[in-house]
Amino acid sequence: MRALCWHGRHDVRVETVPDPELLNPRDAIVRVTTTAICGSDLHLYDGCIPTLKRGDILGHEFMGEVVEVGPAVQNLKPGDRIVVPFTIACGDCYFCREGLWSLCDNSNPNAWMTEKLYGHAPAGLFGYSHMMGGYAGGQAEYVRVPFADVGPLRVPDELSDEQVLFLSDIFPTGYMAAENCAIQPGDTVAVWGCGPVGQFAIQSARLLGAERVIAIDRIAERLLLARRWGGAEILDYEQVDVLEALRDMTGGRGPDACIDAVGLEAHGHSLDATFDKVKLTLRLTTDRAHALRQAIQACRKGGVLSIPGVYGGLIDKMPFGAIFGKGLTVKGGQTHVHRYLRPLLERIAAGEIDPAKIVTHRFALADAAQAYEIFKHKHDGCIKVVLSTDGAGATASAS
Amino acid sequence: MAQQSASDRQQVERWAAALGGTVLAAYALQRRSWRSLGVALAGAPLVYRGATGRWPAERALAETAARPATIEASVTVERTPEELYAFWRKLPNLPRFMHHLESVDEEVDGTSRWVGRSPLGFPVEWRAEIVEDRAGQLLSWRSLPGSQVATAGSVLFTAATGGRGTAVRVTLHLSAPGAGLGRAVSRALSPLTEHQVREDLRRFKQLMEAGEIPRTDAQPAGKRSLLGAALPLGEGRR
Repeated sequence: MRALCWHGRHDVRVETVPDPELLNPRDAIVRVTTTAICGSDLHLYDGCIPTLKRGDILGHEFMGEVVEVGPAVQNLKPGDRIVVPFTIACGDCYFCREGLWSLCDNSNPNAWMTEKLYGHAPAGLFGYSHMMGGYAGGQAEYVRVPFADVGPLRVPDELSDEQVLFLSDIFPTGYMAAENCAIQPGDTVAVWGCGPVGQFAIQSARLLGAERVIAIDRIAERLLLARRWGGAEILDYEQVDVLEALRDMTGGRGPDACIDAVGLEAHGHSLDATFDKVKLTLRLTTDRAHALRQAIQACRKGGVLSIPGVYGGLIDKMPFGAIFGKGLTVKGGQTHVHRYLRPLLERIAAGEIDPAKIVTHRFALADAAQAYEIFKHKHDGCIKVVLSTDGAGATASAS
Repeated sequence: MAQQSASDRQQVERWAAALGGTVLAAYALQRRSWRSLGVALAGAPLVYRGATGRWPAERALAETAARPATIEASVTVERTPEELYAFWRKLPNLPRFMHHLESVDEEVDGTSRWVGRSPLGFPVEWRAEIVEDRAGQLLSWRSLPGSQVATAGSVLFTAATGGRGTAVRVTLHLSAPGAGLGRAVSRALSPLTEHQVREDLRRFKQLMEAGEIPRTDAQPAGKRSLLGAALPLGEGRR
């Protein structure tokens, strides 16, 4: 089959690799119809996540058709059309039973590596380094799905691939970020980063009853989408002082909840952002955390800091005094995707939200390497890229 | 004065070793044949000796001899103590999650025959007997006299608080026979490290909870680099 393989920093290639096979009784093999490039794939592309090996197949947002199931998979059969959560979960351990699916104890064969870094290991992920399990990803024609009896969601034929594909990650991720804010009537939610997860966080904050949403970014078309699609007030951090603007807009109180949908590759021009960049270059730090620091500073007393943005390692100059002094609640982590699949599918089916609106670029899988470049540099107004395996979208098209 | 001359002698020895090793390596580099590769490898310990003042094996053996003789590890499993005990008590089940074991056979007289894999790959065999057996709580065993490997161990199953599964605690004593070099060598042959015991327990948990052990060893991938192909990124390889 053809698959997108990582070969080093800013070097991905579509290659011919062996087809995946069933390895365990609870496995399924899925023929991928549509897959997407996630903002967090860019952390891999940029070489920010350790324990990738040359040749690893990337991709964790994908859907398709079941072609083969292992003997323990009773709920799926060949021909079923499914969306697959990017977090791999067994459904049987303490954490799965508590609904904390992304913290599954049993899905990461390399848990010991992550334990050395974090003390304990979260769930395995598709196409996201060996530390996260070493699972081959879904930017491929076929993919092996472990624990297929608990993860995948069957989707109705009347919904298109682009309408349901984002149930695999970014819609639930934005939704959980908003849910973590414990939104009360009258609340103002500020969102750092208007990429796909930020957009879904804005949408979800609205669905969950936030009265005002303030979106922060520097890319015009992303801010525009936040305003038009999400009804958000917008701040361009290259034009205004964000902290001052947020204070002004909230009568000095600050947003009730702050969502960091940026993660470990934040841009910024302040002193701390420059310092991070220098340290990163010298390999003295792993994460650039400017957005997170600013969100802590901006948040109102007793407010919530919700972090769907990915962080990998160590951060310094963290204003922990502000977290303590203002009594903030901090919530984060990988998304418990399994928890949100059905409720969010219902919202899509009911027409409450159309996730396909986020898609700006469509490519064939064969052109995936080019798609990474365009997405990384946000060329041509690129916000979200989908890849199809059937050759549709073979020519790059901006909708 | 005696100390002074001993240190001088060491210095001379180290320089001689370094020089010898370098000459062998230079010879090998010039020839670039398989035989000369052997010569270069033979020179490597000399270079090491020259650089550190120690022979390489000296250090490795000292470290293995210093390995703790007792390994303890524990894990919490979402099953009752009775279920876990029942699986563990059927000793032929053990190689399913203990990857250093080939097989365990129970004999009619209550003893058992264990075949393990040494780190170097050749089989190691021993016989063991059950010392204590409390259903649903505890199992302990030890190797019989005259075995290649002298080992004793126990596993304890305790219900965790609030009905949150069972804490499983394993204790292993690796009492290698002999002393000094002999002891170090037999330790080095012993198939177990603390990391391996922890991973065995993790696989036990995975098998008991999820019914299978996650694997990513036989998956498709693009062209690997030489280093990447050689890196020991475990991944449930069997």
